[in-house]
Amino acid sequence: MRNAFAQVITELAATCPEVVLLSGDIGNRLFDRFKAAHPARFYNGGVAEANLVGVASGLAMNGFRPFVYTIASFITYRVVEQIRLDCAYHHQPVTLVGTGAGLSYASLGATHHTLEDIGMLRCIPSLKILCPGDAVELRSLLPLILAQPDPVYLRIGKKGEPVVHQKKNLALEIGRALPVREGRDAVILTTGNMLPVGVETAGILTARGISTGALSFHTVKPLDEQTLADCFASHRGVFTLEEHSVVGGFGTAVAEWLGEHPSPKAVFRRFGSPDAFIHEATEQDHARKRFGLTPPQLAEQIEKILAKS
Amino acid sequence: MIEADEIPLRRLAAAIRGRVIGMSAQAKTAHLGSALSCVDILVAAYWKILRLDPSKSGDPLRDRLILSKGHAVSALYATLAERGFFPMAWLDQYNQPGGRLPEQPFPGCLPGVEAATGSLGHGLPLGTGMALAAKIRNQSFRVFVLMSDGECNEGAVWESAMFAPAKKLDNLCVMVDFNRWQATDRSLEVMSLEPLAEKFRAFGWDAVETDGHDIGSLIDALSKTGAVPGKPLAVIAHTVKGKGVSFMEDDNNWHYRSPNAEEVARARKELGLQD
Repeated sequence: MRNAFAQVITELAATCPEVVLLSGDIGNRLFDRFKAAHPARFYNGGVAEANLVGVASGLAMNGFRPFVYTIASFITYRVVEQIRLDCAYHHQPVTLVGTGAGLSYASLGATHHTLEDIGMLRCIPSLKILCPGDAVELRSLLPLILAQPDPVYLRIGKKGEPVVHQKKNLALEIGRALPVREGRDAVILTTGNMLPVGVETAGILTARGISTGALSFHTVKPLDEQTLADCFASHRGVFTLEEHSVVGGFGTAVAEWLGEHPSPKAVFRRFGSPDAFIHEATEQDHARKRFGLTPPQLAEQIEKILAKS
Repeated sequence: MIEADEIPLRRLAAAIRGRVIGMSAQAKTAHLGSALSCVDILVAAYWKILRLDPSKSGDPLRDRLILSKGHAVSALYATLAERGFFPMAWLDQYNQPGGRLPEQPFPGCLPGVEAATGSLGHGLPLGTGMALAAKIRNQSFRVFVLMSDGECNEGAVWESAMFAPAKKLDNLCVMVDFNRWQATDRSLEVMSLEPLAEKFRAFGWDAVETDGHDIGSLIDALSKTGAVPGKPLAVIAHTVKGKGVSFMEDDNNWHYRSPNAEEVARARKELGLQD
């Protein structure tokens, strides 16, 4: 997703003179093309995220469309107040791009794990939270960000991730979930980089006789309530899947909705990371396995839940 | 020329102090000492430095002033009213629920209020972004950020202090209202602020120190904005908290107290204001 971001933001800057890219001293060589094409609109702000977010808002107050790009854990946890006040309270169209979200940088330890960011940011008024499922979704979402007026947290993964969508571009809508796979019995609602895992899990379940669909909730906020209503009305199992803690994230958002719109038909379960830090050397696949977030583990859990319901 | 102008400006400052004291008394709000310490800085900036037209507060080419020490906003409200940004009568709404003049400003609350502040350490990053915007578009406007000395405790201030000279933002001026008190202690005892001008110089800024109550000296200092190509300017204004009223000066109780009617009368008399 990282490379897709660099490519598309460079293209968008060519047609939109308001685009400014601020980097938190990461992306070595990643933005060389951007820098060459738009030297007055790229700034490395160093490892000083509070300043960077304030600078972005100051630019936005003067008509620019800044994108602040750095590691997801740093552009969220460290600067929650700057996001809340400088961007959201002032209602400035700043896009905070968190790369390496979730467990993408699992081997670097909990300093780089981003498993609580959605929970922290979801309650900030006016801030949109976008978590594309793959590079194709990211490409399709970026122009839409420029066409809307709110601050955005764009939560992306790393490079070389599986691409789910075969088309080059998708007709996406911010706040509207994307059906990826049909299924009559159960449906897996994924957000962010768990889309390929959700699709594969749905495939395993379907092969075992449980027709399972998958949707990409590339937008966590605003939540697509209409699609939730449809999913809960037409399936006997609805499952959320995210590389984020089960506390406060996408699954919690769905649970909040479900609490006020009870489903007589469907069982519901959240899949994500537990409410705990990781205190061992790990890497993304290892951590996912530990948390039961691989397709075979998920399929087995869902099968059991549905058998009991 | 500056000297000849100074007397009316001093009278203006006294009038603004009188309003600020009246607002604090009426609304029973705190932070009066902090508001009084920055009045002369605001007068120097709004009458002699900032290139702006109060009737065109949205002019994209106006100079900007961000009051980063948002707790002192009563001084900004009174200054903006006196400068003609909005009718003086609006000041009566100060801190009235449902009104436009809260105890700390919200975004766009009034013409002339450039940013919502109140949490310290936000004004300089925002102002730095605005100054960068002017540079990208080759626009001539300048950005002034008024901070408190206590505010310099915030790490974000020093992040911006490193960023602005690196990006050659010589259209940026930070003004520190150095009144030597923060909320509960002498600021120099809380954090090692001094030598503050030297700190800014070491970070790549041009820096001058001045008497923060001598309007002529303040004008001279602020006029140096942009004087050194590529360097932002820090004006360290040495001030007295509660300035202008003998029984409030350098008494940190006025960070919290609001004056009663008798104190308002005494203060107005000291300021040479007619009742």
